Amino acid sequence: MTKRVLIIEDEPNIIEAISFILSRDGWSVDTHSNGHDAVAVVLMRAPDLVILDVMLPGRSGYDILTDLRAQPETRDLPVLILTARGQARDRELAEKAGASHFMTKPFSNADVIEALNALVAQ
Amino acid sequence: MATLNILIAVCLTYVALLFAVAFMAERAALQGRGNWLRSPWIYTLSLSVYCTAWTFYGAVGYAARSGLEYVTIYLGPSLVMVGWWWALRKMVRIGRTQRITSVADLISSRYGKSGLLAVCVTLLAVIGITPYISLQLQSVTLSFSSFATSDPGGIALMESHDTALWVAIGLALFTILFGTRNLDANERHHGVVMAIAVEAVVKLCALIAVGVFVVWGVAGGIGPMMERIDASEIGTWQMDGGRWVGLTFLSAAAFLTLPRMFQVLVVENEDERHLRTAAWAFPTYLMLMSLFVVPIAVVGLDLMPAGSNPDQFVLTVPLTQGQEGLAMLSFLGGFSSATSMVIVAAIALSTMVSNHIVMPIFLRLTQGGAGGPSDVRHVVIMARRLSIGLVLALGYLYYKISGGGTALAAIGLVSFAGLAQLLPAMMGGIFWRGATRNGAFAGLVVGFVLWTYCLLLPQFGNGLPPSVLEQGPWGIGWLRPQALFGIEGVDPLLHAVMWSLSLNTAFFILVSLVSFPSPLERLQGAQFVNIFERSGNPQSWKGGIAQSEDLMIMAQRILGPAEVQAFFQSEAARQGLAGFLPEPSPDFLARLERELSGAVGGATAHAMVAQIMGAASVSVEDLLAVADETAQMMEYSSQLEAKSNELTRTARQLRAANDKLTQLSVQKDAFLSQISHELRTPMTSIRAFSEILRDAEGLKPEDLTRYASIIHAEAIRLTRLLDDLLDLSVLENGQVSLNLRDGRLSDVIAHAIAAAGSDMHPLRVRRVGPAEGIFLTTDLDRLAQVFINLIANAQKYCDAPRPELTIAVTRREGRILVDFIDNGAGIPPESQGMIFEKFYRISDRQAGGAGLGLAICREIMDRLGGTLGYLPGQGGAAFRVSLPVAQRMAAQ
Repeated sequence: MTKRVLIIEDEPNIIEAISFILSRDGWSVDTHSNGHDAVAVVLMRAPDLVILDVMLPGRSGYDILTDLRAQPETRDLPVLILTARGQARDRELAEKAGASHFMTKPFSNADVIEALNALVAQ
Repeated sequence: MATLNILIAVCLTYVALLFAVAFMAERAALQGRGNWLRSPWIYTLSLSVYCTAWTFYGAVGYAARSGLEYVTIYLGPSLVMVGWWWALRKMVRIGRTQRITSVADLISSRYGKSGLLAVCVTLLAVIGITPYISLQLQSVTLSFSSFATSDPGGIALMESHDTALWVAIGLALFTILFGTRNLDANERHHGVVMAIAVEAVVKLCALIAVGVFVVWGVAGGIGPMMERIDASEIGTWQMDGGRWVGLTFLSAAAFLTLPRMFQVLVVENEDERHLRTAAWAFPTYLMLMSLFVVPIAVVGLDLMPAGSNPDQFVLTVPLTQGQEGLAMLSFLGGFSSATSMVIVAAIALSTMVSNHIVMPIFLRLTQGGAGGPSDVRHVVIMARRLSIGLVLALGYLYYKISGGGTALAAIGLVSFAGLAQLLPAMMGGIFWRGATRNGAFAGLVVGFVLWTYCLLLPQFGNGLPPSVLEQGPWGIGWLRPQALFGIEGVDPLLHAVMWSLSLNTAFFILVSLVSFPSPLERLQGAQFVNIFERSGNPQSWKGGIAQSEDLMIMAQRILGPAEVQAFFQSEAARQGLAGFLPEPSPDFLARLERELSGAVGGATAHAMVAQIMGAASVSVEDLLAVADETAQMMEYSSQLEAKSNELTRTARQLRAANDKLTQLSVQKDAFLSQISHELRTPMTSIRAFSEILRDAEGLKPEDLTRYASIIHAEAIRLTRLLDDLLDLSVLENGQVSLNLRDGRLSDVIAHAIAAAGSDMHPLRVRRVGPAEGIFLTTDLDRLAQVFINLIANAQKYCDAPRPELTIAVTRREGRILVDFIDNGAGIPPESQGMIFEKFYRISDRQAGGAGLGLAICREIMDRLGGTLGYLPGQGGAAFRVSLPVAQRMAAQ
């Protein structure tokens, strides 16, 4: 069965690129582009996996992730943090908030696919 | 002539010897080798300043005139030394613990440190002692002339040289040299004392040698001598009982009150125990001095021609017998007697004059003046030296004015009687707690007046007209100076002594009883009278644990608890005690004083410890020293305070600078993080899509074109971002070079509108303002860049259905104002302060741009000498560009 992935990202071109490669790999792709209601959207759509940007309009990705980890439904949901902020401190913050995986932009398309497959395989 | 020359040579040699002795003793004391200087024998010998030239020469004269009565002069002091030993000890103890420097100091200290009393006593002493000093000068002169008369041609020499003047000058030099060495409150003059001890030996030897010569050399043994004495009038003269008692009492009183005796007895005293030796040794000395007085007088009366001066028998008897060597020795004895008295009297008087008259006047004159500590010391020493000169000059003047006549011979007893006026105040002060300052003052004044009126004036010259002497002043018979209240037929001296001392004492007691002492007087009175209860031994501190506790509390206040507790504990451990409280042993107290003096200065530390140990009160000189220290410390602490303020200021500046640097560093980190983010975002799209195109898997043809154009657009965005960053960096670093040109403002606006692509955009641009035609000299391209940015912002953000931008130009107060106002929703107030910050964006990035535009515009306007600001309250978003009209400035 196809796995459903939710991309939470505000940069349209990046959404389009990830959507394309994931669809091509057989994923069912959903997108969302602001931080305000991101938690509610995740709960409502109940994806198998989430790709989460950090610098979102309205709310930081870390805060969204912390909230998700506090909900029983999404406590174990695989979440991949994908951010343009690539400093060591950002990786720590992501791990602290409960990220399943951490990747920085720009990324290699193959790496993203590989990481996602590894996450859903666990 | 030869004899006189030899005499002068011997005399000078002797003086040089005295200088050498004094100098060596002084040096030994300084180098701490002077233990032998502190012998009780030296102390006893120094007491011999009592025996002046008046005793040396005059006793024989006295015996020749009045028989054995001369003995009273020796009897009084002997009785005091033997019988009143305990009273002397009390005086010495008080003098040492209270650091008394003179009789005047003793009396004024006892009566509440009264300056008035000190001045009175000082004046009395100066008046009483000055004639006595001239007597010494006279005796030296007389003894010189005795030699001269036996030497033809000598008289002329004597008359051409004023012996008294040279003696006075020499003594002044000696006294200044050895009497004002240092200023220690407890000052002892080892050199002077040593020289006086030597002189004491010389005068005793001289007198005994003459006596031995007279008895065995002239009379032919003791037996024949006794026969001669029996045969002479001296042996048969009757003794006047009243005069004997009176004179003995007078000399005893003088022994206690004479300033020079106080100096050697109390001030120069090294150790109280020396009194024990002196108690029997000094009477013995006096006995030896008096042993041969009668034989010399008897033989002198026999041998010398009638009418010759019996005062000179000691000298003239050996001379007429051809014993020039012996006469020379005798002369030196007399010289010693005279000089030792003058030296010590000058020191004692000068201490009083400088401490109680000169210094108070100086301190009052320089009140508030900035006199450093060295100044005060210097002034004190100068005052002492001047006073010494003054005292000797007075003595010499008195000698000159009184003509050196025989009247001087009686001065010894007159002087004694004058100084004896101090006795009630002194003895009352140390034995009677009820004695008060007013009592002492009243007694002193009454005694002084009566002494002057009954004894001094009638005795000397023409102080009183004869009518007063015979009928009393204004004819009032019972006020006759020598027969007060009708008591006649009494010896004038006894009469005066009796009246002056009894009324003195009566007034002292009565006024003391009716007056109230001040608190300080009460305190001092208790300390003086109960001196033996307060201190076991004046040399060292004594006390119990209670005082250790007080010391600890006091020390903690100064040094802080931790340090003091450690110090006390280690001191207790040193004494083998547990805990924090050592026995207040002298060693411990000395160390504590040292610790304290590091913080508050030596004098203050001593005064504090002394106050707690209750062993000593604080003298005026102590207080001066304390004040000096305090002044120094205040100076030092104000310097410290200034330094500390400076440090605080520097620290504050450093902190501010550091805060600023930290803030800059945080800003820089945030900026770099922002740039990184802004660069990574377009690169992410470019990389992702280029990989998609490269793999070419699952691509539809239309996707191909679309994705290639996304890559293109993102590459342009990236380039623009880099351009903006570079532009901003150049502008911020001030490295931008401006291209100044003349141009019309309206042209710049038109160019900007065109460049912003307005004709392609729905935003309508409206231009108003008559000032548009103005000419500017500025970087027209940069100005246009600002305008373009503002127009582009309106194009991007104006959310009105029919977007419109008004560009209004006005002139105001020498400036050109170009306002860009659109009809959109405007910028929310909370963001208005932020929009010029780098990377600030109000909403999402749909409108593109990295958020650097306004930051760049503001930098450009800065460079052009103008400003760019937001105009709130205009309906839509409104920016104002302001430029000075005279655009002739060079921006660099």
